[in-house]
Amino acid sequence: MSITPVDIPVIPALKRTAILNLLSRSQRIDGRSPSDTRNIEISLGVIPNANGSAHVKLGLTQVIAGIKAEIGSPFQDTPNMGNLIVNAEFVPLASPTFEPGPPDERAIELARIIDRSLRDVRAIDLEKLVIIPGRKVWNIFIDIYVIDHDGNLVDASSIATLAALLSAKIPRASVNQDKGEVILDPANRDEIPVRKRVLTVTVAKIEDHLVVDPSLEEETVADALLTIAFSEDGLITGIQKSGMGTFKREHLKKAMELAKNAYKSYISQISQFLVRS
Amino acid sequence: MSEEKVEAKRKLIEGGKRRDGRGPEDIRPLHFEVRVLKNANGSALVQYGNTKVLAAVYGPRDPGARSMALPHRAVLRCRYHMAPFSTHERKSPAPSRREIELSKVVREALEPAVITESFPRTAIDIFIEVLNADGGTRTAGITAASLALADAGIPMRDLVAGIAVGKVDGVLVLDINEEEDMYGEADMPMAFMPSLGLITLIQLNGTLSEEEFWSAIELGLKGAEKVYEAQKEALRKRYASVEQV
Repeated sequence: MSITPVDIPVIPALKRTAILNLLSRSQRIDGRSPSDTRNIEISLGVIPNANGSAHVKLGLTQVIAGIKAEIGSPFQDTPNMGNLIVNAEFVPLASPTFEPGPPDERAIELARIIDRSLRDVRAIDLEKLVIIPGRKVWNIFIDIYVIDHDGNLVDASSIATLAALLSAKIPRASVNQDKGEVILDPANRDEIPVRKRVLTVTVAKIEDHLVVDPSLEEETVADALLTIAFSEDGLITGIQKSGMGTFKREHLKKAMELAKNAYKSYISQISQFLVRS
Repeated sequence: MSEEKVEAKRKLIEGGKRRDGRGPEDIRPLHFEVRVLKNANGSALVQYGNTKVLAAVYGPRDPGARSMALPHRAVLRCRYHMAPFSTHERKSPAPSRREIELSKVVREALEPAVITESFPRTAIDIFIEVLNADGGTRTAGITAASLALADAGIPMRDLVAGIAVGKVDGVLVLDINEEEDMYGEADMPMAFMPSLGLITLIQLNGTLSEEEFWSAIELGLKGAEKVYEAQKEALRKRYASVEQV
């Protein structure tokens, strides 16, 4: 069952008023303009045991994405495709509102938003991840670990996912024709076939104001959030409205313009990490 | 991929007609009925073609645990669930990740409509059971739940009308069915409060150009108007006949 949240951090009424007063002058409480994204810091390869990893700081939000590649069986209806599995954990050290236990609806929603943003546009060429057609394929696990929550977990996760995917290396697999066994060659490692650079952009609606890359304070007073995923060729590859409020069409128009610009801002901020070594 | 699937993939639209005979902007036959259950405070059965969804509302009632209550409003508790027999292959009755996510987005699509401030420290429970799935089950669920809320006499700002727009064979189509969802290029479920011009749910799975996205919104709004009329008709029918007694 999904329940109206009862554990939302208390934002004093004064702070809400301050946020709204500033927004009426196109200013934000942390000094940004409505169209500004926060500073991004990325460290790659922070998890030596993972095939690829990225630690992303988006303002004070911190997320680690780890990629693990394992050999598995394909699904019956996709014998010639590898598998992509996205999971997110909101571990309790990241926020007073996160609790131990299996992923709650927020973590499941986040993982599914990231998954959908990549899947239909075929951001990863799963057909290149087949080792023995119909029998052995690579399973690519993307595990998103939120370690400090200061708002906009979706975009931080999306950035971490893309950076981790582009830097990941998987051992080259070949097949011993006599025995039909898979042989892994750890000395020769291949990249994960990423076809498109997909990133999400989240816009928060606070009354009639729209702001990109909301901080936790802004999310707490926001009526609703809109996440739009873009690929580098300008296609929209996913959308999700979340939160208890509504959007008018005018809001969507404004949100779309803000999101398109923020996509460019994200890409230019992280461009040095998107070049493959 | 089986022969049948290749066949399905090739032509979802032929001669301007969809495989079920509809034009791109046609909605499936709608059948809405309210107060179909004795025990619930409000209930509705909703059909969009072969998609069949039952919704029931209990409350406002005691939330049980005090930690589940809010001092200034009612909490909504919502479950979207698919019956094991509702799909082609039996669906395990245990809640899937998809159902957990959809319970959240469906609740968030209904929250803005319900005047929860009228019932502090209570819970309003919304149970949605998909009985037969043929595409658009979350949007049908929202349509059904908002009818059940109205039937329960819970004050609302507007009804919420759900509809999905898809893209198949490069064409935007209204009210997609399962086949079109599976083999099409995009599925964009939406929910509206039509009289207020507000969007309460929007998701997109698949890819659209920006131009297609704006057309899809307009098409969805058109479809939602038809759903809205059918919702009001179902309520009128139920309550008009009560008056005649």
